[in-house]
Amino acid sequence: MGALLDKIEIPSDRFELRLSGSGGQGMILASVILSEAIGASDQRNVTQTQSYGPEARGGASKSDVVISPNEIYYPKAMQLDMLLAMTQESLDSYFPNLKEGGTLVVDTTLVTEFPTDNYYGLPFTQLAREDAGHIMVANVIALAAIAQLTGIVSREALTNAVLKRAPRGTEEKNKKAIDIGFTEAAKLKKG
Amino acid sequence: MATATTSEKAKQKSDIFLKYLRPRKGMPSVWCAGCGNGIVMTAIIRAIDKLGLSKDNIVMVSGIGCSSRMPIYLDFNALHTTHGRALPFATGVKFARPDLKVIVVTGDGDALAIGGNHFIHACRRNIDITAILINNNIYGMTGGQGSPTTPSAAFSTTTPYGNAEKHFDPSALAAASGASYVARSTVYHATAMEKLIGEAISHRGFSLVEAVSNCHTYYGRLNRQGDPVTMINSFKEKSVQVTKAKKMSPEELKGKIVIGKLHEVDTTEFCDVYQSTVDRLDGRK
Amino acid sequence: MADRKRVLVMGNHAVVEGAIYAGLNFYAGYPITPSTEVAEGCARELPKIGGRFIQMEDEIGSIAAVVGSSVAGAKSMTATSGPGYSLMLENIGYAYMTEVPLVVCNVQRGGPSTGLPTKVSQADTMQAKWGPHGDYTAIAVAPSTIEDTVTETIRAFNLAERFRTPVTILLDEVIAHSRAIINLPEPGEIDIYNRVKPTCSPEEFIPFEMTENLVSAMPAYGEGYRYVVTGLTHDPMGFTTNKPSEIFPKLDKLRNKIMNYREETVKIRTEQMEDAEIAFVAYGSVSRAALQAVDLARKAGVKVGMVQLYTIWPFPEKQVKELCANCRKVIVGELNMGQIVHEVRRVLPGDIEIHTLQRYDGEILTPLQLLEKLEEVL
Repeated sequence: MGALLDKIEIPSDRFELRLSGSGGQGMILASVILSEAIGASDQRNVTQTQSYGPEARGGASKSDVVISPNEIYYPKAMQLDMLLAMTQESLDSYFPNLKEGGTLVVDTTLVTEFPTDNYYGLPFTQLAREDAGHIMVANVIALAAIAQLTGIVSREALTNAVLKRAPRGTEEKNKKAIDIGFTEAAKLKKG
Repeated sequence: MATATTSEKAKQKSDIFLKYLRPRKGMPSVWCAGCGNGIVMTAIIRAIDKLGLSKDNIVMVSGIGCSSRMPIYLDFNALHTTHGRALPFATGVKFARPDLKVIVVTGDGDALAIGGNHFIHACRRNIDITAILINNNIYGMTGGQGSPTTPSAAFSTTTPYGNAEKHFDPSALAAASGASYVARSTVYHATAMEKLIGEAISHRGFSLVEAVSNCHTYYGRLNRQGDPVTMINSFKEKSVQVTKAKKMSPEELKGKIVIGKLHEVDTTEFCDVYQSTVDRLDGRK
Repeated sequence: MADRKRVLVMGNHAVVEGAIYAGLNFYAGYPITPSTEVAEGCARELPKIGGRFIQMEDEIGSIAAVVGSSVAGAKSMTATSGPGYSLMLENIGYAYMTEVPLVVCNVQRGGPSTGLPTKVSQADTMQAKWGPHGDYTAIAVAPSTIEDTVTETIRAFNLAERFRTPVTILLDEVIAHSRAIINLPEPGEIDIYNRVKPTCSPEEFIPFEMTENLVSAMPAYGEGYRYVVTGLTHDPMGFTTNKPSEIFPKLDKLRNKIMNYREETVKIRTEQMEDAEIAFVAYGSVSRAALQAVDLARKAGVKVGMVQLYTIWPFPEKQVKELCANCRKVIVGELNMGQIVHEVRRVLPGDIEIHTLQRYDGEILTPLQLLEKLEEVL
């Protein structure tokens, strides 16, 4: 590292988060819903990018969201403020990109080894299957937990965005998922 | 009215041609003397004249080859395109302006070799285009190379020891691919050809008229088939009307040219179906 | 509609938004990653506004249908990626020769051949200039964000109609598949240019007339002007010619109608170039990394700026020369083995050091990589 690079600081007006898991867990859709929720509720800028490729068919899947009140120059994440890892593989791959003091949220249904003690763990997949009534809404529970933990988007805006994208007939399950996410995350914060 | 004299009749005939030949474009054409392309062009002119279509509403599209020069000589909207691609260009014209009559003039190499994929898909779509495929069994413009309709064992400059390949039957290919009107004629049967072209143009859907023609310059010379008159007369001898052909065995039909309306089905046309979707969605933004 | 104001849009759908704003009413295409969402967007939106969408049997047929529809009066486009763009070239050349306005969006992916269908590249930069055989002058634009994908698509249509020529949008996979919250332009906010139609009678009509600005009036089929459109070299009447005295003016027309008015094609964004000693020259998604690098390096006290090319072809040589005149060093960042750098080298004086940063592994250049390069050349 040279003199210039030592002086570089990633601008603090950017909030960068990565939603990661395996293909089929709805990480890209979750990032789209989160982006739409922010876009519909306030004037912040949002960019969403994704890894797109063979891994979108079952392998590792990730989607980045960058939020800033100012013009977002580089649309991809540079140093994560928050990482959601739904699988062991995604946690292992992306934990090094999380900045010091960044927020780590983990699905404890599937993750068994943790690189740090400083994380929020909730069994999103199990909660989806057992409490919300469908494994498909694990991503929505995770989104709600993230909203609760970081405050990046209001519950109302998130609910509207989720319902806008929810297939007909799944509205109640999705509302329940949001409720579970907020409630369980609040418990974690207290604890 | 008194019967017209022979010279008056001749004048009437030439008046028709003058009406449809493009002004300010000097003849002669690129076609060899005795080429069947002229007979096909005449049949097209007569058919269109009988139908009373406005020249402004006709678009003639072609690719590359001898027959593909025709749109330049005729006084319609002309689109002389790239080799093999006349049908997709025509598809763009027709789909953008379904009110226009779109006629494609193509050859056996243009339509069936380089343009083979476009040919079957235009048939499949059943888009309202009339394709007139002048089949002379050889590439004329580039100087006598084998084409997809060059018969097995026939000679061309690229099959100097006889063609090792089999040939396409363009009409059967079109019918099997979904064309809703298919007819065949030869340059000997000029009047029948005119009638079939008229039917094809009036048909709503994809129509093909296969016009069997002579390339005495290359095919005829390389295969010892004689001068234009001999070749054109041989079409008369080889041709069998479709009604008669139905009663003949495959052996009896070997080497024969089955002529007439070969195939016609009443089915929906692509632009019409799309338009019904547009109408259904109107204003739904 | 009120909720159209701030919306989350994917890059490929931004092409559709821009195109429809510009008056697109005909799309023909063939699915290919990473451009397919453009086709899907057009399939969904065009019939709602009375437009036409058709999925052709291949890319050759797609561009052929686009040319046919444009001659018939439509505003027309297709979108594809490297392999499909390669297949289209012959008929894009036909459109140069016959002076048919149309837009081709090439969402670039890694090559050559099938290459990297889902990975980013800028390696078709030169192909957009020299793709089809023969002599002609090409116009190509390169958006860098979702928002300017909308505006650059509109600009591509305006340039196509203004100059009666094909225009290529060089998009790349990163922009194509990212999303952003953007403000869509309001109706009337951006001027739309439409091709000039003849005002004379059909008898007086000269289809490829040498007008003052060398762009001839273009009627649609069915409007009574029955003329010949041919890919053979032709005289002003549209008739084929082999005469040197007619070939020269036709080919000069293809070049000069654009080059005599090239200032109309230029669009550039500059960032902190007023006192810059070092400049990044970039286009497409790389310019966003460069913008970030400039911002970060400025905060660390380095006098660096950026010249972003929205217009790639004709290369904006006068502007690049003037903007970089006071720089000691220029860094050209590209997602290829070095394409636009040859143009930069050609136009800048020899005393300006030119450095390159090239990535062709399917990944985007990051701000950090640009900063590392900056540090190296400081």
